[in-house]
Amino acid sequence: MKSLITSRERAAAIMVFLVALAVFPQFDQEFYTELVTRVMVLAIFAVSLDLLLGYTGLISFGHAAWFGIGGYVLALLGTKYQITNNLWLTLPAAMAITAVASFIVGLFVLRTRGMFFIMVTLAFAQIFYFLFHDVKALGGSSDGLNLRGKPTTEINGWVPFELTDTNTLYYFVMVLLVAVLLFMALLLRSPLGRALQGIRENEHRMAAIGFPVLRYKLAAFTLAGSLAGMAGHLYAVLSGGVNPELMSWHQSADVLLMVILGGMGQLWGGVIGAFSFVLLQEILSVMFKQWHLWLGTVIVLLVLFLPDGMISIFGRIKALARGRNP
Amino acid sequence: MDPSLFLIQALNAVQYGLLLFLVASGLTLIFGVMGVINIAHGSFYMMGAYLAFSLAAFTGNLLTTVVVGLVLTALIGGLLEWALFSHLYRRNHLQQVLLTYGLILIFESLRSSFIGDEVHSVPVPAWLDFSVPLGSVMTYPAYRLFMSAVCLLVALGMYLLIHRTRLGSQIRAGASNRDMVQVLGINIDWVYRLVFALGVALAAFAGMINSPVTAVAPGMGAQMLIVSFVVVIVGGIGSVWGALVASQLVAFADTFGKVFVPDYAGMAIYLVMAIVLVWRPEGLFKS
Repeated sequence: MKSLITSRERAAAIMVFLVALAVFPQFDQEFYTELVTRVMVLAIFAVSLDLLLGYTGLISFGHAAWFGIGGYVLALLGTKYQITNNLWLTLPAAMAITAVASFIVGLFVLRTRGMFFIMVTLAFAQIFYFLFHDVKALGGSSDGLNLRGKPTTEINGWVPFELTDTNTLYYFVMVLLVAVLLFMALLLRSPLGRALQGIRENEHRMAAIGFPVLRYKLAAFTLAGSLAGMAGHLYAVLSGGVNPELMSWHQSADVLLMVILGGMGQLWGGVIGAFSFVLLQEILSVMFKQWHLWLGTVIVLLVLFLPDGMISIFGRIKALARGRNP
Repeated sequence: MDPSLFLIQALNAVQYGLLLFLVASGLTLIFGVMGVINIAHGSFYMMGAYLAFSLAAFTGNLLTTVVVGLVLTALIGGLLEWALFSHLYRRNHLQQVLLTYGLILIFESLRSSFIGDEVHSVPVPAWLDFSVPLGSVMTYPAYRLFMSAVCLLVALGMYLLIHRTRLGSQIRAGASNRDMVQVLGINIDWVYRLVFALGVALAAFAGMINSPVTAVAPGMGAQMLIVSFVVVIVGGIGSVWGALVASQLVAFADTFGKVFVPDYAGMAIYLVMAIVLVWRPEGLFKS
């Protein structure tokens, strides 16, 4: 699962998926084009969390903090302080600032492990929630900030594309999603990626053979934070505003669910997870008024009866079939 | 700062800290004894407050409400342990987080459909609805003093239960070696069930007695859960004594943060947490 494409069937499936994704906006269904754009942004977010959850073995329950900060960087630079609303400046800025923030937080939280790590990451995310909820200089309010417009893409007077167009924004996000997946595939094959997976398997052994485990974890935490910041920036562009709920703990839990639904430690897991989560959300919210009740019930039943994830359902059915007709 | 104003804030902090202790001690016991991370613990606090609100209409009496509420929530706790949590003891933390997160969604939806999303209030019992003079001009509500006293009694009761009774030694033994306790002929499943029910009842009790001085509103559970997490992080997982000290520390940081730096008060407790993490990554009192 380390490379983007591992077998012929897989390659075919991925090609079909990418072609379908590329053709989709041509149907001119603006609502659905925007929905799929949102799913792709969430996919980047989920892939970034999977770097921690699936590849390094760190259960972060505060990943939404970076998502929210990424969005707020755009809102503060482009709207509140009106420094620049240029995409080529705000997007790198969002990634750089989330990288710095997650590096600093990483210094604290990575000192802990296990149950502690889960709680500490949640608590740190809550700091950022309050920061953007209460501090006026950061646009603090429960309503958040509305963007004055989509970021411009001008380079020295030349405008390559306009993000105000729904389809253009869709393709822009799609290109970034593919870029992130390629980056992850390369990263996981690199010595850094190998070391992270070694830490997931056995941290003490990695330390014993001389790997500076903390530094590797910090690198993963910073990188994952920065990618989540990118997703948050795109999410703000798409929804035209930011609010503190972007970094609420529900958002952290949702992205955790996406990664688990799609399959932890699988390159495409985040993508599959984002699609299935949004699909599940749309179906449940159309069918039931109290859809959270059913989402909760689905989660409880899944953990109780399918602890190895959705994918294990096939193995279970096979085992049952074998048991009945030996 | 004016001394009597300072005294009032200090009394508020002590009272808030003791309340936090009730919630956090149940959480830390469930962590320490069963090794389960229970994200849904804040929901039990919320459940207590909403029970107090709904039962108050029927009983019209705080004492009856609390007794009925305690029995109900302890039963709910035991039932949940039997149906769900007992299957989580040997699972990894991620699955525990997921299942308990699912429970939060269920509890919040049930709350929303049965009682609604409005903000409610519960009246202070008439016999405690007066103020105690403090200094020459200030007064302090008697109900808050009553709350502090009750919480202190509960804390004392917990100490006696854990350190002076047979059940307490079984709980402590269960925390260190489950299988050995079972081999010695003690029904560890029932010990765990009791601990869980106790934790749930404590959180609900906190919600019930705090309901007259706070708004009974959606989101109160999540708020309490996260602050209790900070208490457990500061105090150390599994340490009831640590929870007591940490809850006071956190409550003082929060209360005086609100007095001195109102804009940043939401972050004061996390600052305490960050300092403790640097100094002692496993909490002040590692058990």
